[in-house]
Amino acid sequence: MNLTLKVWRQKKTADKGGFKTYKISGISADMSFLEMLDVLNEDLSDKGEDPVHFDHDCREGICGSCSLYINGQPHGPHQTTTCQLHMRSFKDGDTITIEPWRANAFPIIKDLVVDRSAFDRIIQSGGYVSVNTGGVPDANEIPIPKVIADESFDSATCIGCGACVAACKNASAMLFVSAKISQLALLPQGKVEKRGRAEKMVAQMDAEGFGACTNTGACSAECPKEIKQSNIARMNREYFSASVSTEEV
Amino acid sequence: MKLNSKIPSGPLSEKWTSHKFNVKLVNPANKRKYEIIVVGTGLAGASAAASLAELGYNVKAFCFQDSPRRAHSIAAQGGINAAKNYQNDGDSVFRLFYDTIKGGDYRSREANVYRLAQVSVNIIDQCVAQGVPFAREYGGLLANRSFGGAQVSRTFYARGQTGQQLLLGAYSALSRQVANGKVKLYPRTEMMDVVVVDGKARGIVTRNLITGAIESHSAHAVLLCTGGYGNVFFLSTNAMGSNVTAAWRAHKKGAFFSNPCYTQIHPTCIPVSGDHQSKLTLMSESLRNDGRVWVPKTVEIAEKLRKREIAPKDIKEEDRDYYLETKYPSFGNLVPRDVASRNAKHVCDEGRGVNETGEAVFLDFRDAILRDGEDAVRGKYGNLFDMYEKITGENPYKTPMMIYPAVHYTMGGLWVDYNLMTSVPGLYALGEANFSDHGANRLGASALMQGLADGYFVAPYTVGDYLAGLSYDKVPEDHSEFRKAEEEVKSRVKQLLEINGSKTVDYFHKKLGKIMWNHCGMARNAAGLTKAKEMIQALKGEFWSDVKVLGTGEELNLSLEKAHRVADFLELGELMVDDALHRNESCGGHFRDEYQTPEGEALRDDENFAYVAAWEYLGEGKDEALHKEALVFENVKLTQRSYK
Repeated sequence: MNLTLKVWRQKKTADKGGFKTYKISGISADMSFLEMLDVLNEDLSDKGEDPVHFDHDCREGICGSCSLYINGQPHGPHQTTTCQLHMRSFKDGDTITIEPWRANAFPIIKDLVVDRSAFDRIIQSGGYVSVNTGGVPDANEIPIPKVIADESFDSATCIGCGACVAACKNASAMLFVSAKISQLALLPQGKVEKRGRAEKMVAQMDAEGFGACTNTGACSAECPKEIKQSNIARMNREYFSASVSTEEV
Repeated sequence: MKLNSKIPSGPLSEKWTSHKFNVKLVNPANKRKYEIIVVGTGLAGASAAASLAELGYNVKAFCFQDSPRRAHSIAAQGGINAAKNYQNDGDSVFRLFYDTIKGGDYRSREANVYRLAQVSVNIIDQCVAQGVPFAREYGGLLANRSFGGAQVSRTFYARGQTGQQLLLGAYSALSRQVANGKVKLYPRTEMMDVVVVDGKARGIVTRNLITGAIESHSAHAVLLCTGGYGNVFFLSTNAMGSNVTAAWRAHKKGAFFSNPCYTQIHPTCIPVSGDHQSKLTLMSESLRNDGRVWVPKTVEIAEKLRKREIAPKDIKEEDRDYYLETKYPSFGNLVPRDVASRNAKHVCDEGRGVNETGEAVFLDFRDAILRDGEDAVRGKYGNLFDMYEKITGENPYKTPMMIYPAVHYTMGGLWVDYNLMTSVPGLYALGEANFSDHGANRLGASALMQGLADGYFVAPYTVGDYLAGLSYDKVPEDHSEFRKAEEEVKSRVKQLLEINGSKTVDYFHKKLGKIMWNHCGMARNAAGLTKAKEMIQALKGEFWSDVKVLGTGEELNLSLEKAHRVADFLELGELMVDDALHRNESCGGHFRDEYQTPEGEALRDDENFAYVAAWEYLGEGKDEALHKEALVFENVKLTQRSYK
């Protein structure tokens, strides 16, 4: 199929950037979206033009590197990662607009590549159970009801891609933060530190410049791993109970 | 130089315990005087960096990805083995050890593998304590499954995302140490060279992938946890960025490279659909627990399938060849990976492949759905079926999946002793980057086990033993060896940018991949390997005179990054071919056409080849020197692997 691509090009963070239009032909329906961009980049390189830079790595939907805003939706029209989006979702003659994630907390590095290190700093602020290697009890000494383990797992599947932030009109990171808080708050191992964790992670999220949540649910609707909005409710409860608690955390 | 594996004396089961007692300790107050560099933040790197920092060492952790959480360990699906024997089905440390040695076709070290089996039980405890949500039974205890040809259920799993959950666990431990100020992270940073001063590894030179800055980092020890080199084949299940550069640069600085020809070709991947393909996707081999592998009995029927004149469901039961079940009645569809892959290639070479390219076999769930119902099958494999449908556009509940083998893992890697130290003092290799535990073939669910064993439970002891004998002084970063290494990296960047040829980096990578796949892939022979060596040398010449790398060295430049990596793959490819050519036997993932049993199984030559090949770099354009570490088996009897 033949396509018209409107791609965001920006040399570096400080530059203004803008759209550039490219025509591309000979795209097969079996290609992934990123393989289509590979074809574009080979074309550009042949012509001596700088290839379009974008983040990608595993190309199987799990590493969370890929991050394109396609026709106004993070990761494109389906609830999946861009690497798992295939060209059979488009038609011959389509015009496709490709942008980077847009959020103050995710500055653009080049073209479609953004800096998501804010997510790492949020995890560093409390997204863990404070245990050292060694000296832990036998794994089966902590029985966990299957439904709880499954629910915790559902939250734990977040890949940290940032689509929730990109989808949100406020660029809020609440879905990401709440997924980690929920995973750990549900498990006995994580309960010990749950209050301090909620407070510290929320504080770091605010410090990074992410926006507030107004419950539109766009984050969850666009999340490639279908992280539920109920995580945000749980986070708010954890945060609230931490703020009214007199216990030391 | 004689290789000293430093395997402790004493009975197998007591070696590690006595070694832990005998290693030197660093006083807790002195640990903070040492600095350790960890390159790579996958399971091995993240677990090592976190554990060493917890002990009190200062750690610098490097990764080329934008976050340590994205290392390719994240993509492992199936599970992690541990000899817990929670299922009361006869498992034990010795059985896991035995299965791993046998599965590796008797080409790994007994002592290392036994230690791996011993610490496997601690890994599960550790991960659970971190909050890794493993699958559980209704009673609240951990669930297990049998996996990858094991006859006991010892595999712990988190749906089809075990690697993700384990890596996020290690990443959380790492993040905690970043917050504690004990680990400094360097994401989007690529290691370009190891710096050796007075025979010891004393640091690395890196390239900041955003700014292009070439920087030196001095330390007391360097740990390479940089994964495998499967991307030498261009198409593999590895991530696009996975590369051999760190290990290869270390090799050129004196670290021996072992058994490079041992490559694992995984049997259950989605077949190649066209030339545009950039990577291959693995379907967890847990699918083989319920899926039945087959092709049509005759070439005629297969041809009709390929032309789409008939559909799979039109083929009668008596016209189907469930070749694994027929040939290996006791293991059936669960034979180890190398055996399953070779047989798939064999039936496709006969002309019985089932897709348009002729390179695919069926993995059919029809009988499992009839027996257990579609819901039960969905419960077990739902996410894998969805993934398959997303990629291929076909519904595997209705029509059989199509699969074909693809490069997945490399058993070879940097030579290390029992302490995981390479032949360069102070330089360690952990996880897939070393050669140590899987012999010539890795069993399913063992890679995660090894990465975490090395990082959580081995390196923290053995690195301390080395540091205890070292002064606190660091080599200054303006030392002449650092300066020299920086200049070399800068001139290489300049050289690549100045060639300004006519062909893209991918052109060369794809070409190299085809040479490796055709001549050094699932089956090799002397004639093909000899030819491949010439082809690689020619391609290398062409690369350095005609590659086109656009942009500058002072910015984010993906083609420059790739050019560095492909240049190293070209050199590694040649060594893989040399290694495959010299090993005149078949074992595990290394199958030489000339050496097979009358039934077509791998034929080992234990008398002449029961050794680890360790290659020493001697300089540009020179053949590498082969060193041999004899493998001594005192606790297992070497047998012909049989899965009949």
